[in-house]
Amino acid sequence: MIWSKPNISSPSGADPLLLWTARACALGAAAILALVVAFLVRESWPALSRLGFGRFLTDPSWHPTEGLYDLTPMLLGTLYSAAGALLLAVPLGVASALFSRFYAPASTARCYRRVVELLAGIPSVVYGFWGLTTLAPLIGRLHPPGTSLLAGILILALMILPTVALTSEAALATVPAAHLRAAAALGLSRWGMIRGVALPAAKSGIAAGVMLAAGRAIGETMAVLMVSGNVVQQPHRLFDPIRTLTANIALEMSYAMGDHRSALFVSGLALMAVVLVLVAIAESFGRERAGA
Amino acid sequence: MKKTILLVLLLIAGITVWRFSPPQNMEAKKLVLTGSSTVAPLAGEIGKRFEALHPGVRVDVQSGGSSRGINDARSGTADIGLVSRALKPEEQDLRSFTIALDGIGLIVHQANPVKELSPKQIVDIYTGKITHWKQVGGADAPITVVNKAEGRSTLELFLHHFQLKSTDIKAQVVIGDNQQGIKTVAGNPDAIGYVSIGSAEYEAGHGTPIKLLPLDGVAASVENVRNGRFPLSRPLNLVTRNEPAEWIKEFIEFARSEQVHDLVEAQYFVPLGR
Amino acid sequence: MPEAFARHRNFSFGLNADRLAALSVWLTATAISGLFLWLLADIAWRGIARLSWPFLTEPPTDAGRTGGIGSILVSTGLILLVALASAVPVGVGTAVWLSEFVRPGSAFGRFVRRSLTVLAGVPSIVFGLFGNALFCVYLGMGFSILSGGLTLACMVLPILISTCEAGLRSAPDEYRLAAAALGLSRTAALIHLLLPAATPAFVAGLMLGIGRAVAETAALIFTSGYVDRMPTSVFDSGRALSVHIYDLSMNVAGGDPNAHAAALVLIAGLTIVNTAAAGLTNRWLRRRIITP
Repeated sequence: MIWSKPNISSPSGADPLLLWTARACALGAAAILALVVAFLVRESWPALSRLGFGRFLTDPSWHPTEGLYDLTPMLLGTLYSAAGALLLAVPLGVASALFSRFYAPASTARCYRRVVELLAGIPSVVYGFWGLTTLAPLIGRLHPPGTSLLAGILILALMILPTVALTSEAALATVPAAHLRAAAALGLSRWGMIRGVALPAAKSGIAAGVMLAAGRAIGETMAVLMVSGNVVQQPHRLFDPIRTLTANIALEMSYAMGDHRSALFVSGLALMAVVLVLVAIAESFGRERAGA
Repeated sequence: MKKTILLVLLLIAGITVWRFSPPQNMEAKKLVLTGSSTVAPLAGEIGKRFEALHPGVRVDVQSGGSSRGINDARSGTADIGLVSRALKPEEQDLRSFTIALDGIGLIVHQANPVKELSPKQIVDIYTGKITHWKQVGGADAPITVVNKAEGRSTLELFLHHFQLKSTDIKAQVVIGDNQQGIKTVAGNPDAIGYVSIGSAEYEAGHGTPIKLLPLDGVAASVENVRNGRFPLSRPLNLVTRNEPAEWIKEFIEFARSEQVHDLVEAQYFVPLGR
Repeated sequence: MPEAFARHRNFSFGLNADRLAALSVWLTATAISGLFLWLLADIAWRGIARLSWPFLTEPPTDAGRTGGIGSILVSTGLILLVALASAVPVGVGTAVWLSEFVRPGSAFGRFVRRSLTVLAGVPSIVFGLFGNALFCVYLGMGFSILSGGLTLACMVLPILISTCEAGLRSAPDEYRLAAAALGLSRTAALIHLLLPAATPAFVAGLMLGIGRAVAETAALIFTSGYVDRMPTSVFDSGRALSVHIYDLSMNVAGGDPNAHAAALVLIAGLTIVNTAAAGLTNRWLRRRIITP
């Protein structure tokens, strides 16, 4: 079954079809984001128009049933837990990818890859449940109450680790074997080859994976809801309970009416803003290194 | 090899499409209930029994919270809304039908030596005036106060009973569902929280290390909610927009009848009329 | 591949960079595997008692505390099928467009890529509410497996596109030039050369995507719904396995043992799917592309 038309002069008739199909797919994919943003704006409009934007940052606290809508502690909660999770998960994830790609014998690597893929498939509710019944009491013995920023960071790190590990491994797999063999021919040690050849070559793929993981960490709902304590306050120490924006939406959406509901969608918009800022920062870093 | 795989995949696709494309006849009457996740399991079980007795009727239960139940009943998206509280003054345009009662009791860890707390002590603990178990006759440890998230009917009932405002409460942990509360208290020897009495009674009886505290001298048990001695309880309601249609009314009557009392009790709620 | 590297013999016996790197990488892998085993053991200990053939085939009874998960498994399978059937074509199409047809530095290309990264950061509960508003209400599908599958497709699209694009980019340009020199249309070059070369990366993304889809809870509660009956069509509401686990562990008193058993089934099912997919693509790849 050959669908190619041997044609001396390309472009052939099949190509415009390919071009337009591919373009349509890309437009569709981009349209989804536009739709999501439009939806968020529509739902948060009542709160934004009635309360104004400033109140979400300057009100004394978050008590919607009494008309107070301060988002800042939860914004900080989201940022701290995502940052902490990334700090843990990125080195461990990349190390994990290096393990299955360069250090482990083939059968061990296959087995280990399976383990990481399975970690990716465990529902967030199972992670949350395990965190609540096993991890939080452990932390609680160190310092009550146990459900805290630390628990949130640990569980999030565990959840985004597979994303970093699998995308990094895929990125490392795209490094041409010729480069690696050249490194060996030059007498580089394994670590020298990794640090000097493999990692730089896979840099953009790994960065893309880290971006995906960051997005996941910011957007995770169920697990942080169960292990972070959900107290709306500015986090000062690792053992303080915090509430993230996502946990807030999940906790209160089911019972929110009117302005409260709208305010929750405003926090959804705030989350998108955070991700946009993150992406912009990452892109500016990428642009500084010209090329690739 | 490739042709075989392709053939197998096409076969699976064909069978799936044939089996799962929309049915030709949509005669079955569908009753849609949405709302409180507390009431949803009970509604699901009642629905299954109703379906068994009335072939040709399908009862679909969705969750999404009490506010969704109210909104959907109002807009007509759902035939019946599930709401785990009494209707508020601004919701009087809807009709509500109570199908069960759910008591709310305070729980602490099983190892906690405290046996009872007076209402004043409870208020002081929850507003942060009492912060150490020693102050109420317990162990030498700080109290971890577990509170429910805003908007939950359990919280509103608690606030109403103890005449507090939401801003008064100083909590260390905020939870959503009852089970989360139970698991939090079970994992923390210094925690105190309040949850549905039925679930707590079940869990305590099945080895979870929690215990219920009496309120105003009345032991927190499903029995005491049933005979009305226990002061804190909330109704579980089915709400509709107007006077419900005939067959919807039949379902509501069924849900309130003796025929489903065992189902209500199986979910650890208190059936009415006993 | 690892065998190609000589252990760099160093005259100082202590720690050198190479050995330190190897040690850390092996430690990481052991720690992660250990964590996974701990999690698995915890779930297995609490849930294995309920596993049986009737458990896999019968529908749930008594709000899921007894009975099985038969209807739930069927619903989950259908949701996954719908999600993949919609996400894979659009994802591959977009990846093809991004890697083959976009001029470097093109504004539209950057816009699409940025949108996808931001999309990856949208919280699952926002997706659930969005999916509800778009698919269930606006498009009139109601609570259905179709709505759930389409919402999930939106969620896994960024992962699929990112990995597939990385894979396509890694195919050496010689392939494209050689194909053009032979007069193959770009479509044929794509189908016969580039996509097979991208397969390992694509499969990695697919595994991640399937894992994410199966693990998703919040989004499905609002779109495919809560009904635990055996679905008769994709327009029926069906409860996904993750939603069932959530309900049993967090909503229903006494649902824990069945929740854990269901989690075990989920992990086992995922293992089977991952192994099968990896095995199939390995065999298929080896027959098509001989890497230099």
